[in-house]
Amino acid sequence: MSIEVLLNEFQEVSEHPYKVLSQYKAEGKKVIGVLPYYAPEELVIAAGMVPMGIWGSNKKTISRAKEYCATFYCTIAQLALEMLLDGTLDQLDGLITPTICDTLRPMSQNFRVAMAGKLPCIFLAHPQYRRPAFGLKFCLDQYTNVKTELEKIAGAPITDEALSAAIKVMNRSRAARREFVKLAGQHPEAVSAVKRSAVLRSAYFMEKEAHTAKLEALNAELAALPASDFKGPKVVTSGIICDNPKLLKIFDDNGIAIAADDVAQESRAIRVDCAETGDPMQALCQMFADQDYDVLLFDEKSSENRRAEHVCQLVKESGASGLILFMQQFCDPEEMEYPYLKKALDAAEIPHIKLGIDQQMQDFGQASTAIQAFADVL
Amino acid sequence: MPVYTLGIDIGSTASKCVILADGKDIVAKSLIAVGAGTSGPQRAVAQVLENAGMAKDDIQYTLATGYGRNSMLELADEQMSELSCHGKGAVFLFPEVHTVIDIGGQDVKVLKIENGMMTNFVMNDKCAAGTGRFLDVMARVLEVNVEDLGALGAQSTRYVGISSTCTVFAESEVISQLAMDTDKRDIINGIHKSVAMRVSGLAHRVGVKDMVVMTGGVAQNTGVVSALQTELGHTIHTSPLTQYNGALGAALFAWQKYRKAHKS
Repeated sequence: MSIEVLLNEFQEVSEHPYKVLSQYKAEGKKVIGVLPYYAPEELVIAAGMVPMGIWGSNKKTISRAKEYCATFYCTIAQLALEMLLDGTLDQLDGLITPTICDTLRPMSQNFRVAMAGKLPCIFLAHPQYRRPAFGLKFCLDQYTNVKTELEKIAGAPITDEALSAAIKVMNRSRAARREFVKLAGQHPEAVSAVKRSAVLRSAYFMEKEAHTAKLEALNAELAALPASDFKGPKVVTSGIICDNPKLLKIFDDNGIAIAADDVAQESRAIRVDCAETGDPMQALCQMFADQDYDVLLFDEKSSENRRAEHVCQLVKESGASGLILFMQQFCDPEEMEYPYLKKALDAAEIPHIKLGIDQQMQDFGQASTAIQAFADVL
Repeated sequence: MPVYTLGIDIGSTASKCVILADGKDIVAKSLIAVGAGTSGPQRAVAQVLENAGMAKDDIQYTLATGYGRNSMLELADEQMSELSCHGKGAVFLFPEVHTVIDIGGQDVKVLKIENGMMTNFVMNDKCAAGTGRFLDVMARVLEVNVEDLGALGAQSTRYVGISSTCTVFAESEVISQLAMDTDKRDIINGIHKSVAMRVSGLAHRVGVKDMVVMTGGVAQNTGVVSALQTELGHTIHTSPLTQYNGALGAALFAWQKYRKAHKS
C-alpha cells in the first residue's frame, strides 16, 4: 500500500476511535479503557482484552464532569470523565486509572464514584521511588492488583506465558513507533505533522498487533524513500499532548517539520521496553523503574536538571533548530518544570516558545501567529 | 518609477494599511476602527489606495499580517506573522531598538531585536489582562472614552490598586471602587499600573534592553506608557505611527520579497 493510503487509514482511526471501540464490541471482544500514564497495557493484552487509551478529546466540551471536578483539573482528565458520563465510553468493560500526577490521583476517585455500579475502575498507584527494591515491591503489589481485577473482568487467569507474549507484542509496537518517529522526522515532506500525530495516536485505539503490522509496512515504505531535501525549519515538540489536528495543521501550513518529540502521549510513552526473559511481572515493574526523563516521574537527581539536558540533547541529535512547548493548562508538573527547561534551553542556545493549550480550544489564531513567527526566528 | 508595496495589518480591533515607495517612503496610510471578520480590511485597503491616488494595479507587492491575515489571501501576495512585521516596522522607525512592546486589541507581544532582526519573542497567554481589550472593558465601566484614559489618569492624586490577574475580577474591583465614590482618575491610574505590571512581567521573560519601543494602539495611551516606564525602569519610545507599525513592517517585507523575486 502507498504511504498516503496507510497514513489515511491511521488518520481514520485517530479521528473516530469510538467506531473502533464499537467494532471490537461487535466482534465480542472486551475492551479496557486505559488512562494516562504508564499503565501496563501488557496485562490487558495478556488477559485477551483490548486496551484503549483515553487521552481526553479534541471534539467535546466539559459539562457533566464539572459536577465532579475542580476548575484547575486539566482538560484531559475532565474530558475523560465527560466521555464516561455522556455515554461515549459506555461500551468499555473496565477502566485502569493510574494516579501519577496530582490531578489523576483525586480524579481516580471521581471516576470510581461516577462509575459506581456501571464500570469496574482499577486503581493503580505507581511508586514515587520506583528504583529501590521497596519501590519495585510496591509496584509489583500494584500490578498484581491490576492483574487480579483484569482477570475478574476477563473471567480467566492471566498466565505467565500470555503475559510474556503480550510483552513481546508491546515491545514490537514501541519499536515500530520509535522507528516511525525517526523516519517521519527524516521525511517531513511525506508525513505531515497532522498525519504523524494520527499514526502515533491511533496506537492507543487499535489492537497493537494490527497497528504494528500496518506501521511496519509504513516504515518500510518511508525507509525506501530517497533522502529528503526538506529545507524548512525543524523543531522538537514537548508537552503532555499535542494531537489537535487544527493545531498541527499550523505546522504544515507554515512548512515546519517535527524532527522529534518529547510529548507524553507520543515518544515519552515508548522510550523503554520490557525484558522478554525472566518473570514477566517483575519485568513489567522493572520497565517502569527504567523510565526516565519525564516531568511526571520523581528524579532523585533533580538538582542536576537531567531531564532538561536530555531534551536539549534530543533537539541537537534530531537536527531540529528549536523547540515548541505545548503547556497543558493546569498541568502542575509541566508548569513547575518549565523554568528549569528554559534555563537549559537558553544555556544551550536553543530557541523555544511556550504555548498554552487545552483540549477545549477551538481557535488557534494566537498559536498560529506564534508558530509562524517562531519559524521566522529559526 | 518607484516600486509601491502595500502592507495590510488586520488586527482584532482595527485594520491598518501602509503604502511604501521603494521600501523607504510612506506614501499613504489608512486606519479603520474595526478588524478581522468585518468590512474593515476591505475599507482600509480602499481608503489607502484613495489616499495615495492609486489603483490596486499600481501596487507591485502586497503582504498581509495580523490576526486576520489569512482572510486577505485573495488580495495579498503573501501573509506573515504580525510579530515579524512589528519587529520590522519598529526597526525602520527606531534603528537602535532592542526591545519592542506591542499591546494590541487582544495580544501583548514583547520582541527581542538584535542587529535589526527579531531573535526572540513572548506573547501573553489566552487572557485579556494587560491588553487593549482590558482597557476597553474598564473604559466602558467608567463611562469614559478609551482615548481619554491617558489624560484622565494623569490627573490622579492617589494610587488605587487594581488586580493585574484577571479582566473579569478587575472589572468588579473597578465597580466596587466606583460604589465607594473613588475618583475615576485615581481608578484609571490604578488600571494603567495594572496593565504595566502585567506587561512588565512578560517583558522580563525575554529581557528588556534599551532602546525600548512601544507600538500598537495602546501606545497612544500616555498613562500606560508612563506606568510601564516606571515599572520597567527604561525610557519607552513611541511614534505617531504606532498603530501603523505592523502594516509598515508588512510593507517593508513586501518590498524585500518583491526585490528578491525580481533580482534575477
